[in-house]
Amino acid sequence: MARNVKTWPAIVCLLVAAGLEVMPLPDVLTPWRPPFAAIALIYWVMMWPNRVNLGTAFIIGLILDLLHGNLLGQNALSLSVITYLVMRFHLQIRIFPVWQLMLTIFAMLAINAFIQLWIDGVAGIPPAGITRWTQVLSGTILWPVLMGIMDWIRIGAERDNARFTY
Amino acid sequence: MAFTSAKHETGPSRGTSAGLRLIVIAIVCILLMFFDHQNQHLVSARQGMSLMVQPIVFLVSSPGRLGSWLSDSFTTRRQLEQENRKLRRKMLEMSADTQQMETLKTENVRLRALLDSTAKLDDRVLIAEIVKVDMNPFRQSILINKGSADNLTIGEALIDADGVVGQITRNQQHTSEALLITDLNHALPVEVLRNRLRTIAVGTGEVERLSLPYLPRNADITVGDILVTSGLGGTFPAGYPVATISEVRSAPGQPFLEIDANPSAMLNRIREVLVIIPETPESTGNTTEQAAVDTTENATEPAD
Repeated sequence: MARNVKTWPAIVCLLVAAGLEVMPLPDVLTPWRPPFAAIALIYWVMMWPNRVNLGTAFIIGLILDLLHGNLLGQNALSLSVITYLVMRFHLQIRIFPVWQLMLTIFAMLAINAFIQLWIDGVAGIPPAGITRWTQVLSGTILWPVLMGIMDWIRIGAERDNARFTY
Repeated sequence: MAFTSAKHETGPSRGTSAGLRLIVIAIVCILLMFFDHQNQHLVSARQGMSLMVQPIVFLVSSPGRLGSWLSDSFTTRRQLEQENRKLRRKMLEMSADTQQMETLKTENVRLRALLDSTAKLDDRVLIAEIVKVDMNPFRQSILINKGSADNLTIGEALIDADGVVGQITRNQQHTSEALLITDLNHALPVEVLRNRLRTIAVGTGEVERLSLPYLPRNADITVGDILVTSGLGGTFPAGYPVATISEVRSAPGQPFLEIDANPSAMLNRIREVLVIIPETPESTGNTTEQAAVDTTENATEPAD
């Protein structure tokens, strides 16, 4: 971690996203709840790869597993994998126009869903219909809005921080 | 690959180790999942960690609690009077039933003694509230606000005022996770109240539907039959209502009937559940005796 840079806006954002994943919603909307934590993680790793890294992804994943009552490590594994991918390509992804960014997010969320489905399959948990894929779709569609919100938080934090480095 | 990111970043050589770190994390995750799947190695570690996510659960569930508090404190006098009248009437009806119940119970004990079978013990219950969080969207589970500190153990059955709700699958200090009877992974032994036909009710993943896949085509079952727990398998005590048969289809060429049932419990709008603490001779160990001491909210309370 570089000195003199604050990480807490990203951490708070990630914790809020984890909370939103278990926020009570009307039954109609539940299958369409976007995977907030994965989206927030992708965003912050892409923008601040020096401050948000694999360790953060692992811990957020464990928190999600505890909140959801999943197998411990299920979200941690899938989030770590997409974090690694985003870290490797963050310089390319960051300058994409919105529609290309949305395609990338779609791919990342799909990889996330695939890993989770695979773990469910190995553990013998029956797959529950189409919900995983509706979540990937809604996450992709909502990405521009969520990105706008997180951009606003990030730019505010960077303005305070004169000696900001990527 | 790792090299390129190292060149572009200002961070000290962390790019080179990213792949290695991913592999280490992946191995840790797989080990965690393996031991968690075995379900006994990680219980205490998991309980400790879940204490740390309690603040998130508390915050997330607070709008729901605020909502119910507001609706409680802003009900008008007229509404309260109405509700009071309704409850009074209901209690009168119920106390009429209970009067007979005592006679029936003693009669039952006598008959059982005649038959030389063991007497059925009363179940004790503990009232728990549902914590307003949406758990795993891919499974039908709920979180209740009583845990191992209240002497709940894994496998205890949950009912509400109308029927069976589910069973406890994982307990933490002050909360427990419970699997609903409609989860895809859940099956419970039931019998038809009318003719004691025994079968198994399997969850479908939908809140309003159970399925009975193991009845042959000539089974005596019709729409409207009531299913109650049969007590086989030991998890659910016998005699609690589970569901009502809503549809019976017999597809030609299929050896088994396709039967749908509606759960009696209002699974998607319950606020409180009763945890049944069984008092079978096998489970009357230390834990249940302690529970008998600290249990303050007993279902027998509202008798007066």
